[in-house]
This record gives sequence, structure tokens and C-alpha cells, in this order.
Amino acid sequence: MNLERRLLIEQGGEGHRGPSLPACDVPVKPLSDLLPGARLRDRLDLPQVSEPEVVRHFVELSTLNHHIDKGFYPLGSCTMKHNPKINDEIASLPGFALAHPLAPGDANQGALRVIHALQKALAEITGFAAVTTQPAAGAQGELTGLLLIRAWHRSRGEGERRTRVIVPDSAHGTNPASVNLLGWETVTVPSGRNGHVDLEAFGAALDDRTAAIMFTVPSTLGLFEPEILEVTRFAHETGAQCYMDGANLNALVGLTRPGDLGFDLMHINLHKTFSTPHGGGGPGAGPVAVAKHLMPFLPVPRVEDRDGVLRLAHDHPQSVGRVHSFHGNFGILLRALVYISSLGPEGLRQVSRSAILNANYLMRRLQDTYHLPYDQTCMHEFVLSGRDLRKHGVKTLDVAKRLLDFGVHAPTVYFPLIVEEALMIEPTETETLDRLDHFAEAMERIAHEAAENPDLLRDAPLTTPVSRLDEGRAARELKLHWKSSGSAAKPTAPQTATRA
Amino acid sequence: MSYIGLSRDEERRMLETIGVTSFEALVETIPASVRLQAPLQTPGPLSEIDLRRQFGAWARMNAADHAVSFMGGGLYDHYIPSVVNTLAMRSEFATAYTPYQAEVAQGSLTAIYEFQSMIVELAGTDVANASLYDGATAVVEAALLARHQTGRRRVVVAGTLHPHFLGVLRTYLDPADIAVVPERGGQTAPEDVRQTLGADAACLVYAHPNFFGLLESPAALHAMARAAGALSIACCDPIALALLEPPGIHGAGADMVVGEGQSLGNPPSFGGPVLGFFACSQALVRRMPGRLAAETVDRNGRRGFVLTLQTREQHIRREKATSNICTNQGLLALRATIYLGLLGREGMREVAELCVQKTHHAAEVATKVPGYRRAHEGAFFREFVLECPVDAGAVVTQGLEHGVLPGVDLGQFRPEWKRWLLVAVTEQRSAAEIERWAGVLRAAAERRS
Repeated sequence: MNLERRLLIEQGGEGHRGPSLPACDVPVKPLSDLLPGARLRDRLDLPQVSEPEVVRHFVELSTLNHHIDKGFYPLGSCTMKHNPKINDEIASLPGFALAHPLAPGDANQGALRVIHALQKALAEITGFAAVTTQPAAGAQGELTGLLLIRAWHRSRGEGERRTRVIVPDSAHGTNPASVNLLGWETVTVPSGRNGHVDLEAFGAALDDRTAAIMFTVPSTLGLFEPEILEVTRFAHETGAQCYMDGANLNALVGLTRPGDLGFDLMHINLHKTFSTPHGGGGPGAGPVAVAKHLMPFLPVPRVEDRDGVLRLAHDHPQSVGRVHSFHGNFGILLRALVYISSLGPEGLRQVSRSAILNANYLMRRLQDTYHLPYDQTCMHEFVLSGRDLRKHGVKTLDVAKRLLDFGVHAPTVYFPLIVEEALMIEPTETETLDRLDHFAEAMERIAHEAAENPDLLRDAPLTTPVSRLDEGRAARELKLHWKSSGSAAKPTAPQTATRA
Repeated sequence: MSYIGLSRDEERRMLETIGVTSFEALVETIPASVRLQAPLQTPGPLSEIDLRRQFGAWARMNAADHAVSFMGGGLYDHYIPSVVNTLAMRSEFATAYTPYQAEVAQGSLTAIYEFQSMIVELAGTDVANASLYDGATAVVEAALLARHQTGRRRVVVAGTLHPHFLGVLRTYLDPADIAVVPERGGQTAPEDVRQTLGADAACLVYAHPNFFGLLESPAALHAMARAAGALSIACCDPIALALLEPPGIHGAGADMVVGEGQSLGNPPSFGGPVLGFFACSQALVRRMPGRLAAETVDRNGRRGFVLTLQTREQHIRREKATSNICTNQGLLALRATIYLGLLGREGMREVAELCVQKTHHAAEVATKVPGYRRAHEGAFFREFVLECPVDAGAVVTQGLEHGVLPGVDLGQFRPEWKRWLLVAVTEQRSAAEIERWAGVLRAAAERRS
């Protein structure tokens, strides 16, 4: 029997229900008396399923996922590494999980200590003067950073003129999207032939309209820009601010500090470098670290030590304001601080060293099998190209899908955009030599299959819970919920409203 | 602690394969002048035992560790069934990435589709996305969408919206483009809305229930917005939506329904991570921010789910994307999905009704304590403002001495609200706890005299 997996709404039905709630222990009054004039709904078509069946439903769904605790996950730029379990346990302590942000500071000194200690540690790691932990993810960190830059230019009377941001063509899509949110203009500069910045093109793009440059270090090609000190110096000479996209900070910890490279500010993806779980898409956290001259503009409230007591300070008149409903993704901040505290300074340094070693090892193992467009030492990740498989009628996408059959996740594909048929591979520091060799062997075998039996790749994956899915049909039909799903939802009986 | 999987000998062999003699040769591109010489000054290293000791002590410094909570103001102390924690903490969900390879992410994708489905049901809209950061940025994204859709710049906001949401809106937008409708008795009068809207507003944003816990008049507000050619954006609490008429109902209501979804199976966690949700009419689907899951079939005709309309998103469309969001609040949306699925049709309605009963009981008990009265007259759902005979801050201090977080001191928002205590009562609060809370009110009033 091969029953199609059913959605929750297709299970149970009238007479089935989940856990009971306590009986009402206060005098019950008719809702019409308590909510006079309010319009109430007459039906609520949510599932009606017993607790054991809800548990089975989600456990079954969970078995359909690939995840880092199961196997290798070399998604370039995403930093899928081991997520220490102690971090999650500490975040679930009632004193943290139940802490309410609108209680007075005296009642939240433990939570404020976490934020304060993390800000201090991140400032030290990045070489900056201060940190805001409000941004909820890297992209919001970018936006916050650009708001700080705008506030700084405005404070110097240059806010009207400086509305352009220089972004390399290898940048993450969030960079130009964030620039656009301010109504600013992105100026894209091409990378040079060696994957590094083309200093001439870069210099030509800089002028007195440039508000900022946004650079990812190491770049999305996994390369450290050898002329980075010239880049930041040139930018400063024209009055621009230097923003670092910190998505790849995990290559630099303990080796060098962005503040020392001439940058004025950066965001940090805590869910990458500091190993908080990715949760199937989030939550993350995107703190922004800044040099001293940008401190007056940081979002409020700020956590400050005033005579030994931590306070939420609002008295910063030049602040750009608030970017989160409360204090950012505190539970993620907490996990990152536990991670930093558990590793200690030497452990943190070892993270970047091992990440770099693993990436270089894998790159050299694979360079004879796949085209390596930038043949030089890499940092924490590297980019291969599947262009040589084209002669067999095989695309990078087919390689990615076939890898799934080997029990590993595919690398990031078709990014960065400047490499054709790109495969962006980031092994991370928590993988063993065995795992790296297994992955290299799978990649080698797939290259062999591409020549011998290309249909196998075009039909892949063959062993996953579903075969290749029709994305075109999804976009055409736009079935976005179970009422739109003709094949799916059972008709539900009309519901009689219950009233207390 | 260390989570690294290489031995010294393996490192040496790997360097050999790479063709270098030392690790330093791999980082030669970093200029020598900026290479770190001294060790970082960061805490640790600490063993798990020491981590538990230190962070356990810090956790206990927070009053929420032991106090009974009447806190609200956007985040609520609802019961989280054991099933939610057990299932959501499974590695398969927690340690997966964004479902870019759909064939090995059907668990996450199906859950997102179910989340979208249940948000659509609660909101009464046509579609919903996979989540946004929080309630505040959900409002911001809705306002930005309205501006793109209408080609107008002005955003009209009911003065009864959460002050922090308004604050974030002011950070993202030019404050000169935002007009606030003054509140009357804690509610929004349609006549005031009409006057503020004018002929050039992109949208009207209102909260229902609003920041003071009071219900607004959605139908009248939608009609005002529509007459002015503006889109209407309802910012709602999903527990309340289990009981209230859905604002997007029949496509004739709000164009967008957004809000903070923390109350669906997520703890307050000092304000984050929480859960922004975003739902809207079909007409706006191609301008929606964030990820969307859709049903499709595989090569064998089996049902499956994928991310769709990705050409709206930053990784494809770059500066022309509808939003810059990438990472969202996936794991919190999963918790909400499990919560909604578990409580279901009956359970959700019961939670909402228990909140109404207990909140009204608490209001009745409180107003019998000499000196206390409700600040507003309108109908309220799970929260109300109590005007105190002393500063609300003094009531909170009194409560903390007795293991009660008695409510939110609204003086932190505006000095003229310093005697206002915002009180939320969820299904978790027992009659005995409400009595204990009333005792705090009494003691705070008596301490003054």
C-alpha cells in the first residue's frame, strides 16, 4: 500500500480533537455581553486531529528533510555546521524563554547581561567600537548599516548628494535589495579576471555621490581580497563609508579583524559564524558592529552599563530609531554567546583555521574533476564550474540533484552569478576528513556518470521521498494553501458556531 | 569545548595534499600588517557544566523565571503544549537550511504550506507567506507594498497601533510620509480616519485588537480606506482571530492582514525570536515579500511542495526584489503550525474564549479595588488598560516583591500614561492567580496612603 502522504486537514474530522484545556474557573458570561457590538466569525476551518496523529504527522514530515545532524551540507555561503545542543538547552531555560521585554530592567538583568556580553565579544572579534543586536537577520543588518551610513552623511550635510552604493558583481542579492529600500542606487563593479576587485573599475565608479561601498570579505568566491587596504583607503579618500557584508566572517575569526581592514561597519550572521540552528529558513540574527564615529546613530534602545547596572537607554537623539519590535532575536543572541563562551579565544581561532583547511583540501581534491575558475588558495569556501559537463548534456542542476542520492546535500548552485554553472562549496570546520573524502568520491563518481550515463543525472534524484518537482507548474497554478488544492482537502461539514 | 573533527595527523596529511607546508601559507593573502598577533579577549573556554552554572544563574536573575505573568503589549504568556516543543526541537526541522533542494526538504516545505493555509483561514485572505521577522516589520512590508501598488507615498496609521510598530515604520520610511490618526477613548473613530486619509494615502494601518486591547470597527475602517483609494492593512493577533470575524473576509475586507504570531506556540523570549505573519488578497500576490510554498507534482505525478514565485525575491531579482528579506522565522512558523494543528478548530476557539472570560473577570475584580478603574470603555479581548491610583511602575515594583509581573507600565511609552497599567490575562491564569494579582493592586494602593 502506498498511500499518498496526507496533509493535516485531510486527517481526522468531526469528533477528533487535540489536548483539553482547563475548565473555566471564573464565572462564565455570554460572549455577547463581554464583546458588545463585536462581529464574530461563524466558522473556523482548522484541522480536527487527535494528539497522537498530530505527532505522527510531524514526525513523518521530519523524516523527509535533509539536515546537518544527518549528513554533510556543503551549501556555500550558508555555513551549515554542527549546532551544539547545549546552546538550545540554555535558550529554553524558563528565565530566558519566558522573559518579557516590557518588564522593567531590574526584572531582566540576566537577559541584559547576555546582550551586553555578546555585544562586547562581537566588538572584540570584529575590531569595532560598538554593536547593535537588534537586526533580526543579515539582510536587516544590511539595511540598518545603510541607515547608519545615511545618518552619518546627513550629519555632515552630504545626505542629499551621496546616494550611490558600490557593490561587486559577486555580491549577495540582499546587498542591492537593501540599497533599494533606501531609494538609493546600486553601482555594480565587475570583478577582475583573477576574481579580485578590478581596482581601476572600482576607482572609476567612486565619486562624491558615493555613499558607501559594500564588500563581502572573503568574497562569495571564497577569496580574500589582497588589496583590501587600498580599497577601503580609496573609498575613504572620496568620503564614502566602507560596509562589510559579514556573511563569511567565519573565515576571519582570530586571523584578522574587519575593523583593522579599514571598514567602518559590518553585519554578522550569527546563524552562520556562531552556529545557531538555521531552523529550515530561520530565525537568524544580524547584529551590526560599527566604528566609533557611527555610534551616535545606532538603533535605540541600547543596552548600557550605567554604574554597574544594565539599562535600556533611549537618550540618543541622533539614533536612526528602532528596527525590531523589541530587542532583536534574543534567543539567537543567547545561543551565540554560549557558543563563543564555550569555545574561548583559542577555540574560535581554530574554527576559522579548520574551515580554511577543509575548503582548500576539498578544492584540491576536486580540481582535476571539475573546472576550477579561480585557481588560487581559497578561504572557507570555493567555487567550481560544471561547464565541462555540458558536452554530455548535463547541467550543474543535474549534478546537484544526483548528489542527493549520495546522502549529502547539494552545494549552492548558480551563485555567484559571475561563474557559469557555478557550484559553491563550503565544507565548514566541523566535518571530518572521512566526510570530505566521501563527498569528493561522490563528486568524482557523478562526473564519471555524466560521461557514461547522462540520463541517470537528468533523472536524479532517484532515492529521495519525491523525484524532481515541477516548479513551472507550481508558479502557473499557484496553489498556495489547502483550499486551493483540488486534489487535497476533503470537504468539511458546515460548522455550527459554539458559544459560551 | 571544540566541535572540530580533525586530528593533528590528519591536518598534516591534508596540508600535504594541498601542497603547502604550513597553515600560514593558506592565509598569505591577508596583509601581514593586519594579521592578528594577540589572542582575542573573549570569554571562556567553558565546559558544558560551567556553561550551565553561569547561564543558569543569569536566567534566574530574570523575574520571568518564577513570577506569574500578566504581561502583554504584543507578546503573551499562552500555554505551549509539550507536543510543540518536542516536535519543533527535532534536528530534522531545527538543523535544516532553507528548502532550496525541495526533494530533500519536503518536511519543511509541507509545514510551510500548512502554515500558510492556517494563516489564510485565520486572516480570511486569499494567500499568506512563510513568515517575516516580527509584527513591526510585517507592518512595514505591508506599507511598502501598498506604496508600490498605489503609487502613493503617504501612510496613514491608527494611533492605537503598537508604539514600537509605529517606531519601526518611522525608521524604515521617511517620517514625513506617515500620518497618525489620533485615538479617541483608546479607539479609532472612522470620521477621524476619513479626515486623515485625504486623497493621496497609500494605505490605512490599524490594529484589531489594538495596543490597548480594545476592538476596532474593521468594516467601517475598510470602507473609509476603500473610498479614499487606499489599501487597508489590519494588524491582528492570531488568537483573537480564532473568535473575531476575519478581517480579510470574502475579499471585501482588509487588503492585507499582518501581525505578530508569537502567541501561537512560541515563548516571549525577551522579545525574539518572534513571528511576523503576512497575508493578503490574490491581487497582491506578486508583490508579496518573503518566501512562498506552493503545491506541485513530481515526475511520477506525486504531490509535493516547492518554493515559488522566487522572481520576487532578492537572490533572483536583486535591486528589483519586492523586499530584501532572506532568512525568515521558519522554526517559529513551524511551532505555530504544530500549535494550530494540535489545538485545531475546537481548541483555538476555547483558548480565545478562556482569554475573554478571564480578562473580563480580572477587569471586574480590579475595578472593585479602591482607586482602580478601566482607562477606556470599549469592548476588549485579552487585555485592558487599568488606571492606577499610583504610578503603574509602583504597582510593578510591588508585584515583583510578591512574584507577580502585574502588567506593562505604559509610562515607558509616554509620560502622560504613567498611571496606566496594561494587563493581559491568558488561559493560563487561574482564578487564584487573579486574586493574588488583585492583592498586589490593593497593596500598591495602600502603600501610598
